[in-house]
Amino acid sequence: MAEMILTVENIKKSFDGFVAVNEVSLSVKKGEICSIIGPNGAGKTTLFNLITGHIPADSGRVTFKGIDISKMPPHKICRLGMGRSFQRTNIFPRLTVFQNIQAALVAHRGMGLNFFKMVDSLFRQETVEILERVGLKEFSETMSGSLSYGYQKQLELGIALASNPELLLLDEPTAGMSAQETRQTIALIEKISREKGLTLLFTEHDMEVVFSIAERILVLHQGKLIAEGTPEEIKQNKEVQKVYLGEGR
Amino acid sequence: MGPFGKTIIPLTMLKREKFIIILTALLALLPLSQSRFYIFLGTDILIMGLFAMSLNLLLGYTGLVSFGHAAYFGIGAYTCALLMKKAGIIFPLAFIGAMVAGVLGALIIGFFCVRLTKIYFAMLTLAFSQIVWAIVFKWNSLTGGDTGLIGIDFPAYLDSSVRFYYFTLVVVAVSLGLLQRIVNSPFGRILTTIRENPERTEFIGVNVKLYQLIAFMISGLFAAISGALFGIFNHSLFPDLLYWPQSAEVLIMSLLGGIYSFFGPLVGATIILYMRMLVTSYTQYWPFIMGTILAFLLFFFPGGIVGFLREKKVFKWLK
Repeated sequence: MAEMILTVENIKKSFDGFVAVNEVSLSVKKGEICSIIGPNGAGKTTLFNLITGHIPADSGRVTFKGIDISKMPPHKICRLGMGRSFQRTNIFPRLTVFQNIQAALVAHRGMGLNFFKMVDSLFRQETVEILERVGLKEFSETMSGSLSYGYQKQLELGIALASNPELLLLDEPTAGMSAQETRQTIALIEKISREKGLTLLFTEHDMEVVFSIAERILVLHQGKLIAEGTPEEIKQNKEVQKVYLGEGR
Repeated sequence: MGPFGKTIIPLTMLKREKFIIILTALLALLPLSQSRFYIFLGTDILIMGLFAMSLNLLLGYTGLVSFGHAAYFGIGAYTCALLMKKAGIIFPLAFIGAMVAGVLGALIIGFFCVRLTKIYFAMLTLAFSQIVWAIVFKWNSLTGGDTGLIGIDFPAYLDSSVRFYYFTLVVVAVSLGLLQRIVNSPFGRILTTIRENPERTEFIGVNVKLYQLIAFMISGLFAAISGALFGIFNHSLFPDLLYWPQSAEVLIMSLLGGIYSFFGPLVGATIILYMRMLVTSYTQYWPFIMGTILAFLLFFFPGGIVGFLREKKVFKWLK
């Protein structure tokens, strides 16, 4: 059995009596590309927030690289080697593209509490490398808030990569993108994760995207995990067809 | 060097440092005017300018709207004055005492405030500053309460308004130099990411509340320095300077000058204090005029005066 990088055991969260995530257990192997799908409101984003420590779980356990992270604050989890992108774009709009990446490097390398070095001269080479990797080098001096939506998503990926993650959680990486932007972004994500041997866990509503890159798919419905398997198995699964893909398929 | 050469961006910072030096040199010439009016106004502007810039570390750089900044100003002023007057401690030590008190005050108040966000944060800072005000107002035996603390003398070697002006100028210039360093440091950059997006900043591995608290303490330190100067400059202190309109005024100065530029708050303080001096000699409706200016500003120059000038590329280099 391959090494598990992430294990979630019986995690549960309810908001004012509404059970958003109900006793979900899952595990992700090192190096795997894994997707979580499910209709709107299935609890995908909540599950991500539970894993990354943004909201506390009512019960259950999350283990990352063998360390119990259930009670850890987000910044500590991030520093253990977990990167994340958010569903609505989450960048630093009034900083340049370059500064966005640079700041993430500063934080990751533990330089943030240095009060007297000149930040502008730090990690320039690394920043350029990441910008090249996500295809934004030509925009490095642009205010990131004025980038197009697709580019902002790419920048967000760059910010996540700056913390050199072993596991990357992407929450709907192509939400709101045009078909062309979607293709580009997916190609980019696939390329980067293969190059760096990243483990990838992502949610996505675009089935074409999911079936094209995921090695394993988890299906969430009304807060419960209802199926799990390869793309082929998921396509054949009767229950999934019923609740998610629609009866007609 | 290519477009990412090491020399390009740091230059603007050196420029800012150079600008502080040139400005200081120019301001050092002011006493040559032999005008008591300008020396008085100059000292006042330097002190309030530093106060506004200390606030702006929170406001413009960290994105925290502190509505109770008068507390640290007042803590600095009263600590310095009381140590000199009641404890007979020499001025340099009293001045350091004021700095320590400002940092501690900010640590205690900030510890609670950074747990809240947005309007709740602003209201809590206001609540704490009102508590500090009430203590000063009611503790008659120590602070003199409403009658104030009167007869704070210049230290022996600063016993003229010109000498005190020079002392203030040096203290403010050094403070600006340090602040300038801080906002250009890795720490300063992380503060701006917190301003832009605290949630994301957490997930690049930053303990956001800790950074906010440290920013609070640095801000409290410089506010206390300006307060200590203020007490000696005025020879007397009244609880008014801790009351909420003082917090509002310094907020207005910052907004007027521009909170997204380093020198903005200093510019704002200069304009407000100079205009108040002019206007109050003609009419007693200064609050009316200031209100009008503020309303006009918020509509037409949301980036403040420096923000507006920069947009018009009047001085691209003056960040």
